[in-house]
Amino acid sequence: MGRITLDKVSKSFGDVEVIPPLDLTIEDGEFTVFVGPSGCGKSTLLRLIAGLEDTSCGHIRIDGNDATHVPPAKRGLAMVFQSYALYPHMSVRKNIAFPMKMAGVSEDEQARRIDAAAKALNLTDYLDRRPGQLSGGQRQRVAIGRAIVREPAAFLFDEPLSNLDAALRVGMRLEISELHKRLKTTMIYVTHDQVEAMTMADKIVVLRAGVIEQVGSPLDLYRAPRNTFVAGFIGSPKMNLIGGEEAARHGARTIGIRPEHIDVVEDSGTWQGTVGVAEHLGSDTFFHIHGTGLTETLTVRALGEVTLRHGDTIHLSPRTDQIHRFDAQGLRIE
Amino acid sequence: MATQHSRSAARLMMAPAVILLLGWMLVPLIMTLLFSFKKYLPLRGGDLGWVGFENYVRFVTSSAFWPSVLATLAIVGGVLIITVVFGVLLAILLNQPMWGRGIVRILVIAPFFVMPTVSALVWKNMFMDPVNGLFAHLWTAFGAAPVEWLSQASLQSIVMIVSWQWLPFATLILLTAIQSLDSEQLEAAEMDGAPPIKRFAYITLPHLGRAITVVVLIQTIFLLGIFAEIFVTTQGSFGTRTLTYLIYQRVLESQNVGLGSAGGVYAIILANIIAIFLMRMVGKNLDA
Repeated sequence: MGRITLDKVSKSFGDVEVIPPLDLTIEDGEFTVFVGPSGCGKSTLLRLIAGLEDTSCGHIRIDGNDATHVPPAKRGLAMVFQSYALYPHMSVRKNIAFPMKMAGVSEDEQARRIDAAAKALNLTDYLDRRPGQLSGGQRQRVAIGRAIVREPAAFLFDEPLSNLDAALRVGMRLEISELHKRLKTTMIYVTHDQVEAMTMADKIVVLRAGVIEQVGSPLDLYRAPRNTFVAGFIGSPKMNLIGGEEAARHGARTIGIRPEHIDVVEDSGTWQGTVGVAEHLGSDTFFHIHGTGLTETLTVRALGEVTLRHGDTIHLSPRTDQIHRFDAQGLRIE
Repeated sequence: MATQHSRSAARLMMAPAVILLLGWMLVPLIMTLLFSFKKYLPLRGGDLGWVGFENYVRFVTSSAFWPSVLATLAIVGGVLIITVVFGVLLAILLNQPMWGRGIVRILVIAPFFVMPTVSALVWKNMFMDPVNGLFAHLWTAFGAAPVEWLSQASLQSIVMIVSWQWLPFATLILLTAIQSLDSEQLEAAEMDGAPPIKRFAYITLPHLGRAITVVVLIQTIFLLGIFAEIFVTTQGSFGTRTLTYLIYQRVLESQNVGLGSAGGVYAIILANIIAIFLMRMVGKNLDA
């Protein structure tokens, strides 16, 4: 069981309030991702849940029990750190065994759990090596192995993939998702990468400056961003946010339209402009359009076959039902 | 150094330094070896010719030899234990965020700047003097009889003085090592359920292994040759005559250069034996 409730939790370092009072519930078995730009307090929030930082105010409940002042080891949570934080002088086996040794688990049980974890994570051949002899992805798996054997109520991941190269990151992303499907344990995952958030999460918590901007499933956030920040943060490439007269025509201060919701048409579209940079990905092509009469540069996604070049004239028409409208405070108008 | 040409140029340019270093090392060593096979009494007839291994036999069979080796080992061992144990503790203390840490760090390093002769004299006259020393006053304040440190506990006193001098060195090296410990490792251990003592034993101490090795090796080299501290305090009496001091007495007090040189060769052998043992014991910490 791992239901984690934050009740008016806040954190200040000296006079600086990093996290204003905040409420959040993470259901048992849920894969929750904290996402936001760097310095938004997401790692601090994770460390508060882990118990590595003390809350300035408010209560943290794990399975209904107040854990606010419980030391980290007693909270039944396991954490995977950004630097992996493996113990360099111990073999992989000893690294994985360490939490069990501290908990006084019997030798036989230790061996059994290590074998099971090693098998699940493809580490069987590396058990007697030192962390220094492993690649980044293998170290990452050892760190996960060390977390699994504790059989925790919840896993906490602090940007675990940011030290890996792009190809490995995609692979590990899948492995962690599969691990979650298999273990069905609560997982809280911190990242600044919205792609990781979208692909892995059951629930995304978007943070900015310690404030929760929106909580919801990936598709909820994609379809109905609550404000301009979430609109710009979720989705790749970024949503086009357009102000000025064009927005006023739709009765809003700002309107948002995603690059994939603008169609390239033969002629007489809503907007007409010249192609700046064209990014060809094969399956898709992203065009950056200038000179549409709007102050903002537009980003448009087209199919890979569209072969417009720099300086070509392009006609565009947005799908009107996909236009998001925001008011003067940046909040969504339904 | 990519080309043949630049390699030979490099050799040429390194040559002066290498030749100077070799000369500096080899000339005294060869002189010592030569003298050790001679009967050479500067004030009683000068060079009296070759005598084979006589000096070596006399030096080892002298009643002062084995006690001097033991005294040397006791001082080196005692200082090493004290400086490493207290060095680790002080390094941990100085690594804690606390008020005035910068000043405290400088103060801790201060003893290293004091010359050995001066520090030994300060200890002898201001702390350990049985009449006027601070310790004597402290003892009398509690109604106890003052300890005559340098005669009753001479070896311990020397160990204390030398430890005081070398503690800053150990602390400094161990402090830099502690600062390089990844704090996430300690946090991971904390999450894994290790209380502070076990975090120290399983994470901090192994991390310090290499630094401790360096401290032990470097200090041993210097401590085998300590001289000034003994010269200005006990003059080698009360069981504080180390091998270095014995050699000094043979050469300068007995004016027997040949005998002293033989002692010097023994000192080199002793230092190498200790070095080999140390490398066996702790040297593996230095690889990988």
